[in-house]
Amino acid sequence: MNLQNYTEVAFSALSQNETFARAVVASFAAQLNPTIEQLSDLRTAVSEAVTNAIIHGYEQDASKLVRMECRIDGDILTVTVRDDGCGIADIALARRPFYTSKPELERSGMGFSVMEAFMDQVQVESVPGKGTTVTMSKQIRHGD
Amino acid sequence: MEINAQKRGSKLYAALTGELDQHSAEKVRIMLDTLIHDITVRELTLDLSGVTFMDSAGLGVVLGRYKKIQMRGGKVIVTGVSASVDRIFRMSGIYTLVERR
Ligand SMILES: Nc1ncnc2c1ncn2[C@@H]1O[C@H](COP(=O)(O)OP(=O)(O)O)[C@@H](O)[C@H]1O
Ligand SMILES: [Mg+2]
Repeated sequence: MNLQNYTEVAFSALSQNETFARAVVASFAAQLNPTIEQLSDLRTAVSEAVTNAIIHGYEQDASKLVRMECRIDGDILTVTVRDDGCGIADIALARRPFYTSKPELERSGMGFSVMEAFMDQVQVESVPGKGTTVTMSKQIRHGD
Repeated sequence: MEINAQKRGSKLYAALTGELDQHSAEKVRIMLDTLIHDITVRELTLDLSGVTFMDSAGLGVVLGRYKKIQMRGGKVIVTGVSASVDRIFRMSGIYTLVERR
């Protein structure tokens, strides 16, 4: 089987769209027949990336758009979450467990660590003042 | 997100139902802080068995309440922790602060 499929959505940088983003990924992934645990991992990782785009990238400016692309290549699901927001000056620092620039929002600084734990691969590209793209992939094999 | 709370003496039991993400976190925080505003509360049990989704925003909520309760010498307990939530809790090291039952 070498299934190839693609979808993309764009939504306002509003935190109520986190539920929507998780639902999109879960329904798109369904064709790979994932386990409940794999689905839960995907939903959690996507929620982290989308939350970051909304609260860090765009500082919750609802006039801005978060873009999410989902791709299936064989049994690999790849999700890309992109914002044209403030960007990240030091990516290595941002990815460090417990690092957060927003402790006042009671953020734990564990978002990237959760993405890394729940996906097979997480890639972060960012240009300060231009935006951030997070690309995450996971092999979905039923019965894993 | 809904919270059902019961107080017995110095013990407060709060059962959370629904999705705990950045969107619901603020509301949950306000609801829990209203409940623990009562300084006689010395033990807070958060029952997460009704939580259908949680990401690191939920971790922030639990840690934030821990800080408040710990300042008055009290303790926080979590119950009904799912496998996914347990993974997030374990990687954060929260079990050195908050007891799992
Ligand atoms: N899309 C983004 N745009 C700008 N900054 C970001 C973005 N994603 C993450 N960051 C930065 O990386 C830090 C760490 O992110 P994360 O691990 O998710 O923790 P948290 O969201 O709890 O702060 C954030 O506090 C923020 O400074
Ligand atoms: Mg985050």
